[in-house]
Amino acid sequence: MADTGAGSKSRKVLVPLAAVALGFVLGSLVILITGRSPLLMFNAIIQGITGFNIMSGSFNPRHIGELVVQSMPIILTGLCVGFAFRTGLFNIGAEGQLMMGALAATAVALTVRAPAAIHVPLILLAGMAAGGLWGAIPGYFKARFNVHEVVVTIMLNYTALHVNNYTILNVFGSVDRVKTAEFPASALLRSPFLASVTNGSRLNWGFIPVVLAVLSFWFILEKTSFGYSLRAVGFNKDAAKYAGMKVERNVVLSMIIAGAFAGLAGAVITTGTFSFGRALPAAEGYGFDGIAVALVGMNHAPGILLAGLLFGVLKSAGPLMQSAGIPREIGGIIQASIVMFVAMKLGIERLLMMARGRKAKAALEAAGAEEAGV
Amino acid sequence: MAYIIEMLNITKDFPGIRANDDVTLQVEKGAIHALLGENGAGKSTLMSILFGLYQPESGRIKVRGQEVKVTDPNVANELGIGMVHQHFKLVHNFTVTENIILGLEPRKGLAVDIDSASKKVAELSKLYGLAVDPHAKIEDISVGMQQRVEILKMLYRDAEILIFDEPTAVLTPQEIRELIAIMRRLVEEGKTILLITHKLKEIKEVADRCTVLRRGKLIGTVEVKDASEAAMAEMMVGREVSFSVDKAAAKPGDTVLEIKELCVKNAKGLLGVKNLSIELRRGEILGLCGIDGNGQTELIQALTGLTKIESGSVLVRGEDVTNLPVRQRLDRGLGHIPEDRHRHGLVLDFRLDENMVLHTYGKPPFARYGILDFEAIRKNAERLIEEFDVRAGKGPATAARSMSGGNQQKAILAREIDRSPEAFIIAQPTRGLDVGAIEYIHKRIVAERDKGKAILLVSLELDEILDVSDRIAVIYGGEIVGVVDAKETDENELGLMMSGSLRKAV
Amino acid sequence: MKYGKILFALLAIALVMSGCAKKEDAAVAPAAPAFRIGLVTDLGGIDDKSFNQSTWEGVVRFAQANGLKQGTDYKYLQSSAEADYVPNLSTFADEKLDLIVAPGFLFEKAMGEVADKYPQQKLLVIDTVVQKPNVVSAVFAEHEGSFLVGVAAGLKAKADGKNILGFIGGMQFPLIERFQAGFEQGVKAVFPEARILVDYAGDFGAPDKGQALAQKQYNAGAYIIFHAAGGTGNGLIKEAKERSEKGDIRWAIGVDKDQYADGAYGAGKSAVLTSMLKRVDVAAHDVAVMAKNGQFPGGTVKVFSLANNGVGIPETNPNLSADIVAQVKTFAQQVTSGARTISEVPAK
Repeated sequence: MADTGAGSKSRKVLVPLAAVALGFVLGSLVILITGRSPLLMFNAIIQGITGFNIMSGSFNPRHIGELVVQSMPIILTGLCVGFAFRTGLFNIGAEGQLMMGALAATAVALTVRAPAAIHVPLILLAGMAAGGLWGAIPGYFKARFNVHEVVVTIMLNYTALHVNNYTILNVFGSVDRVKTAEFPASALLRSPFLASVTNGSRLNWGFIPVVLAVLSFWFILEKTSFGYSLRAVGFNKDAAKYAGMKVERNVVLSMIIAGAFAGLAGAVITTGTFSFGRALPAAEGYGFDGIAVALVGMNHAPGILLAGLLFGVLKSAGPLMQSAGIPREIGGIIQASIVMFVAMKLGIERLLMMARGRKAKAALEAAGAEEAGV
Repeated sequence: MAYIIEMLNITKDFPGIRANDDVTLQVEKGAIHALLGENGAGKSTLMSILFGLYQPESGRIKVRGQEVKVTDPNVANELGIGMVHQHFKLVHNFTVTENIILGLEPRKGLAVDIDSASKKVAELSKLYGLAVDPHAKIEDISVGMQQRVEILKMLYRDAEILIFDEPTAVLTPQEIRELIAIMRRLVEEGKTILLITHKLKEIKEVADRCTVLRRGKLIGTVEVKDASEAAMAEMMVGREVSFSVDKAAAKPGDTVLEIKELCVKNAKGLLGVKNLSIELRRGEILGLCGIDGNGQTELIQALTGLTKIESGSVLVRGEDVTNLPVRQRLDRGLGHIPEDRHRHGLVLDFRLDENMVLHTYGKPPFARYGILDFEAIRKNAERLIEEFDVRAGKGPATAARSMSGGNQQKAILAREIDRSPEAFIIAQPTRGLDVGAIEYIHKRIVAERDKGKAILLVSLELDEILDVSDRIAVIYGGEIVGVVDAKETDENELGLMMSGSLRKAV
Repeated sequence: MKYGKILFALLAIALVMSGCAKKEDAAVAPAAPAFRIGLVTDLGGIDDKSFNQSTWEGVVRFAQANGLKQGTDYKYLQSSAEADYVPNLSTFADEKLDLIVAPGFLFEKAMGEVADKYPQQKLLVIDTVVQKPNVVSAVFAEHEGSFLVGVAAGLKAKADGKNILGFIGGMQFPLIERFQAGFEQGVKAVFPEARILVDYAGDFGAPDKGQALAQKQYNAGAYIIFHAAGGTGNGLIKEAKERSEKGDIRWAIGVDKDQYADGAYGAGKSAVLTSMLKRVDVAAHDVAVMAKNGQFPGGTVKVFSLANNGVGIPETNPNLSADIVAQVKTFAQQVTSGARTISEVPAK
């Protein structure tokens, strides 16, 4: 498909929007099949975003706080997947990088004694470093031996799970085999103030590093010469090499930065949502959510932020929907179908064309014609 | 003789552009009819309308005297119109026969009757002198053979009118000669051929009549035997075109690029370049010619740092760059216009202005302290667009992918010339471009020479080598088999050396 | 992977819900629903064939006895991640349900947090202790139930002329050691000469490890093996079944719920001798009744033991002779009457 500048830009926004709309339509249909009213879902989602329950007329700001809490990790894993993708890498390893970040955060939280002003940044940095290192491994294998990153990152997800569990259980000594001791207060992102303004939600200071991460993603990729070379590598490795860019080095650096985003997510979950290190029975799906977020967010910072909030609300409104009798699978169905519709980009574009009629059709033809060299 | 195809007063609009403006094309049965025009003249649009891909705003189409509505390609197929696309649509791990019957497989019970299909393919191949092996896999045959498979596909579907879209763009000179023979044979057997091209030489050689388009408008239809190449070129471009490159005699200076006993491995791990030595001097153009695949690519990549050098050395201005990475070679005065502009020359998904700083993005004024200065990048692109007459719809913000091949190449040329390299390796600079663009690019290359640069011109087009070069080196099997003065040689001598049957003065 | 499941779920939901809807309509709602109760599952989901499902059965039993309506008066929230526990509990607390039940020790931290945030909310946590005034903690006397299956195993081995038995634990920590201690004491009570092999898998979700340990113990001559290892124990049952099918009769003893069906082989046979039941449904049901009657024992730890049917063996035990069942009952009476006390720690 020819890229036609402004036209493609509006399409870049329209396709995900249309996909989201179609996802909700499909979700509504499934709810209808189960014999419930889709309005219950929309009520729950509106409550999840605004705190207002239209049907009962009540207001509970806790839901706003929970929306942010649920969105933070998947925005970060979305940034992780998106960043690697912009460099032409398919990073399935956000999950493992996140776990290593969480483990490093746990280690620093438990072993270092410092005032919160030092302790918290130290924990976040440790999480980013660990995630970055874990991301560097597939990056190095890709750059040095041309081993496909998908294979390495998938394997490293399992490795990370077991390294995390072994360390939590055997090094930090858990009594009940699932968690470490409680972290000292200086290690926590939790804030009584934020909790109190959101009626006791788990909202914490983690949103500050998340916002900084979104800004850095945008700044690095769009504003720096380093980001320029990463994007060049992502679009066309051969041209990047021809222009004298260090393709291999960029691959490794990109995976490190991507991993750092996921590692930060691990640290934020561990010291914001929880207050102890955790042994996990299985991967928690943050990495896969990140792929969905990056895909729907079109691998751009604002898109990832919005897509993260969207999938966050599907999570945070989950209890409200379930309580209204809507099966918990609905959230997953909507998320999956949005991803599917985004993947069916061309089909959606055609639908949009039909919706906009003949004038738009001509534009599509022009795009084709331009390609044909008219 | 009756017209088999008549496209009468066709007009087709795209937003902001009238691609075809009241164009009339009449093709006689059994003729080879050429459609000539520069890139963007509206040839492809006109053919797409005939093939049912677009609907015209106004105008009528008659096939064999009957007025028809070609609403989609299936209708075109039923009317006996077949198109050999510039980019082949073949399944690479299928055999020739499997590709040909794709979509209308003959059946014997439930099974596909491959045998009878192969037989038919073999018969057709023999009838038209195509020499295609029906059982060969596409991935194992040459590009020229693949094109014949596309032709067979049309013949298998009983097409009577064959549209060839720029058929020679991807072929070697030998393959072009063979294709021309095939086209003649097709016409002898009663087929009609519509040939889309911008290569005058081919038209002169093979076509009966020629319709010329310029900027969407019909300029005229001429009998080829009555029209000179220059006349047709003038119709196409709208002004007088000079075919020979005007240039003064070279004034070679000191050596800038020195290649000593260079050995380079190819993709198969064999030596693609063997003990190759050349010297390139300031103020001269050394043309490197040879049949495709004789080590040109390996040599270029080794010189520019994209491939490892096995042994030997490369010196730029006396400095050994043999083991330096790409960027350091560029910094030492090496310039490179790559042979594949889409693969190496451009990041197609970048904007034009981003592409213009592909080497220099990290240096002031384009970046300071690692932060890009988009204003400077845009201004740089504006300047180069102006200076090199790059046509891009949205100026610096144009997506490189949406630009025409000629303008993409001009953009690369602009970027590389602007870097002002001392030793300039230029590969296939005019591949697939039209006359106007070729003329322009040749002029710029000569101008660089006159500024005192040393230029290595690698091309598969013998005409280009002969026109532009001062000295010509011939490469065969990875070795230089001869270096001759461009003024004292001709196509015949070079041809003999290119095929390895003559060695001269090494 | 996840999405494939969802597609399947989509079909399943459509089928199941059309059936369920009718049932709901048929239930006659009483005039004034006096009580609303909610269950929050852990990651296993409502149909995990384990704690969540059993607890839900207790809730349903209570609800049906009181004429409650599903979806409004009694309902559940399923958790997809550990991070969902607190919001799920909070959602029910916001709805001011009369009782919220959470099965499993994984809820310990979340329960504590929510208990602080909603001090008026009545909460029940099963299988762990949360010391808050508005939380009832239901724990089980696993050693007592394990004692009974130990008695059954000892008698069976003795009757069949075997003298080696085995125990496989999931991970070695005090809760699981209670199973080991009870089992050992039960065997020794009826068969003092018997030898008991003990292994810990270090994992609750690894059937392959369970099977490997079972092979090791059976090869060493073990006749009956009791497991307290969750999913890891499925490997034991598989191994017992495979051996018994080939004529080498070996037995496994199930845990938490009646695992008889899991050991089924051939025509009407099962390699599961009996099971040590942990009646989480009884805990949920009984505490709900107390809450409804205004006797919610907030802040206390309720121990569910043999005395209040919290642990025990199944009603029917096709693989145990009437004589053995009778003897087990006698021992059970000794324990409930206080005539015999069972130690919670294994003898060293």
